[in-house]
Amino acid sequence: MGEDTDATLTLNHHGFLPDHNYVTEADIISTVEFNHTGELLATGDKGGRVVIFQREPESKSEPFSQGEYNVYSTFQSHEPEFDYLKSLEIEEKINKIRWLPQQNAAHFLLSTNDKTIKLWKVSERDKRPEGYNLKDEEGRIKDVSTVTSLQVPVLKPMDLMVEVSPRRVFANAHTYHINSISVNSDYETYMSADDLRINLWHLDITDRSFNIVDIKPANMEDLTEVITAAEFHPLHCNLFVYSSSKGTLRLCDMREAALCDKHSKLFEEPEDPSARSFFSEIISSVSDVKFSHSGRYLLTRDYLTAKVWDLNMESKPLETYQVHDYLRSKLCSLYENDCIFDKFECAWNGSDSVIMTGAYNNFFRMFDRNTKRDVTLEASRESSKPRAVLKPRRVCAAGGKRRKDDISVDSLDFTKKILHTAWHPNENIIAIAATNNLYIFQDKLNSEMH
Amino acid sequence: MSATTAMEVNIEARRILAVSISKLYASRTQRGGLRLHRSLLLSLVMKSARDIYHSSRESEAPSGGLSAPEEPMDTSSSPVLPEPQPEPLSDRNSSETVTEESDSKVEDYDFDTTEEKENLSPARQSRKRRGKASAAPDFLPSKRARLEPGEERYAAPLASCRVRAGESLATLSLNQVIPAF
Repeated sequence: MGEDTDATLTLNHHGFLPDHNYVTEADIISTVEFNHTGELLATGDKGGRVVIFQREPESKSEPFSQGEYNVYSTFQSHEPEFDYLKSLEIEEKINKIRWLPQQNAAHFLLSTNDKTIKLWKVSERDKRPEGYNLKDEEGRIKDVSTVTSLQVPVLKPMDLMVEVSPRRVFANAHTYHINSISVNSDYETYMSADDLRINLWHLDITDRSFNIVDIKPANMEDLTEVITAAEFHPLHCNLFVYSSSKGTLRLCDMREAALCDKHSKLFEEPEDPSARSFFSEIISSVSDVKFSHSGRYLLTRDYLTAKVWDLNMESKPLETYQVHDYLRSKLCSLYENDCIFDKFECAWNGSDSVIMTGAYNNFFRMFDRNTKRDVTLEASRESSKPRAVLKPRRVCAAGGKRRKDDISVDSLDFTKKILHTAWHPNENIIAIAATNNLYIFQDKLNSEMH
Repeated sequence: MSATTAMEVNIEARRILAVSISKLYASRTQRGGLRLHRSLLLSLVMKSARDIYHSSRESEAPSGGLSAPEEPMDTSSSPVLPEPQPEPLSDRNSSETVTEESDSKVEDYDFDTTEEKENLSPARQSRKRRGKASAAPDFLPSKRARLEPGEERYAAPLASCRVRAGESLATLSLNQVIPAF
């Protein structure tokens, strides 16, 4: 860590007017996800749209355009709906996108809003049949009497067209708001989690799902915690983890019982009684949980910290990283302006040696688990000209020694939050969603052309 | 705890309670329906604030009447999440419910003897409260009896509760969440 990070591309794929501080709410990016090879990057937004970017193949002839991501396809995944029975509007915001591993030429992804999950097929078409006997070039039916000979239609190349079609719609299975989806390593099933329940689906079956976790109490007044995130183990198809608003993680084994209400392992750090405040519960709520690629560790994010847990140690996390501890004394104002409810996500790099998460003021943080070094970087138009090197930023706590270029806590912009980040599965390429802008940064340290 | 610190904590707790209640009101109209997680967190903050408020008041001016009823309240969970309330209640006649609940609540009015005379009867107060979803002053400390969790001040809007399962969280919580100060 500490290498220079080149900003190779700033993608402004939704309407952002540079001269005004005006953002259309529908353009706010709500999820970012690389596919399993890293060739494709999908983003979902509040307006229910999904935009897929594809990495250009590297070519020696044009060294500067190697590995850039360009728009591959855009489609409307979800529309706003209305639940008439409950008089509730269902938002079209895409909460999560998860790719299926590629099994043929087409790509498949799952996208979900609060209530409905959809399976989309993304395929390319670069040939079309020409030379029909009964239709002419424009598709009009020919007069049969003008047909004097028969020809066999042949496939001719055409401009590449990317087609996206909905293959499955998994609906009506969740009473509460869906917060996570996760594809199983068996590539046949996946799970969807809402505040109180987790359902297991088969990718081919839409009219049935199995409830595998149900934490709804008989009397809702006894409710003390909700499910905040859930994920399947990357290698063991019977294991999954879910996090709660109380800061606990539960590892469940589907072989034990049909209903996995009883956890196999419970990961919980004892609360520090001296740190008790009005907001202790809120800041201990886990907003995201991610297995490491190895499946050995778990990464969790709560409001102020990111923690790495060892699956073999339930009593406390292996490592705790302070993301923005300077906010600890400001919790009351963050409660008033609702920022304390922000749900930050977290990510592992391909080798599980570095973790990344977002913060405010368009800052995002990376922690190297081995060297224990960390860096704060900013995703902004001013500091990220293409191929510019990102400069590490620093936030000085109130009253601390201030260096030049430091930002003071009071001048942080809390409307600029980086909630969603993603790391390429193999390379040092990261995607950062800053409100309605997507930034893609590449680390060119090991590149020959550097 | 010194008197001034207790007072500061007291003021802080009241402010947080006020902010929380206005957030609860606001969440009723928010797009996408009531968010369970958010409502839960709000109620936890309110419970914390209320507990701290009460304990700081005790240290300020110990009054026997407050501490005893405090315990049964504390051991139960947050009173703010009555989502299934509509289900059992809808089975009963609404007038029946009101009678039952006011009977059980008579003893609860003994908490704060200094403010008892200012307590309004539940029916009157609920009528005043009902339909004023956006009335700002409601979040100021009200001089009403504290309810045990599970109790409702009134059972009038059963019809609306039954239909709006999702919204019932906020509808009922407005009635239950406000303790006596």
